[in-house]
Amino acid sequence: MTGGEYLAIAYGVVFVFVLAYVGIIAAKLARLQREASELLELARRQRPAPQGAGAGDPGGDAERVILRGPFYAAGVRGLESGTTA
Amino acid sequence: MGVALALSLLVAPEDADQGISQRIFYIHVPIALTAYFCFGLGAWKALLLLWRGDARYDLESYVAIHQGTIFGALTLITGSIWAKASWGVWWTWDSNQLVLFLVLFLFYCAYFMLRFSIEEGASRSRSSAVYALFGVVLIPISFLAIRLAEDFIHPTVFTREGPQMTGTMFTAFCVSWAAVTLLAYVLYRVELAGKRLAIDLRELREALQ
Repeated sequence: MTGGEYLAIAYGVVFVFVLAYVGIIAAKLARLQREASELLELARRQRPAPQGAGAGDPGGDAERVILRGPFYAAGVRGLESGTTA
Repeated sequence: MGVALALSLLVAPEDADQGISQRIFYIHVPIALTAYFCFGLGAWKALLLLWRGDARYDLESYVAIHQGTIFGALTLITGSIWAKASWGVWWTWDSNQLVLFLVLFLFYCAYFMLRFSIEEGASRSRSSAVYALFGVVLIPISFLAIRLAEDFIHPTVFTREGPQMTGTMFTAFCVSWAAVTLLAYVLYRVELAGKRLAIDLRELREALQ
């Protein structure tokens, strides 16, 4: 093999690794999105119709996760602990 | 990343000794330095966990070490390809830096075995943190091994006299290093956010059921 071929393989391996990693993370985020949707459904079923927005707000957290984006919960967690890291 | 690739593959001059295969340097060394940085970050977060007792550092330490392991694997693979192109062998046990980096990599691979063999909780967090802190000792040894042991196999580019390369080569290297570090940082933040979200959803499911 020539030096150019070794160079192509080295850069190609890095590219494939990064691509695979991004793919795995994307798949995990999609799974979390589905899980959040299931929780929203669960919260809606459990919430008593007239007093749903009152004390306890059993479905509130799940609904906020869905409505405000996938990173909302992580953000709230950071704020609650006094940091956004 | 695009600029780094253009500088590394098109702009930087070809090495007179190694030819085109020397361009692997622009991806191999930044990835190796990023791996060291990620392991160091993981150890720093582990220290913060033991010092302050804040549980969030456990996850941050874990994700940093996970990133370090990925970049460590890439360092070994790209280094092996470069070794084959330059020395004619995929691996040599005669180079202290290679062996010490492999030891460092395997040490942090074992971190995951330890972590997932203990039930989730404060005990697991503390054990993982202590293990991560032990590993950080290997980083300066691995980094300085080539200089301490007078290793003539693995090349030394950065000496006390400065970088042993031309200005264009050094610029390409610095841009590549910045690009790889930025990539690692983005991947770290995304993975961390995903893991925190998974924990929050699990707690939410437990609260609803």
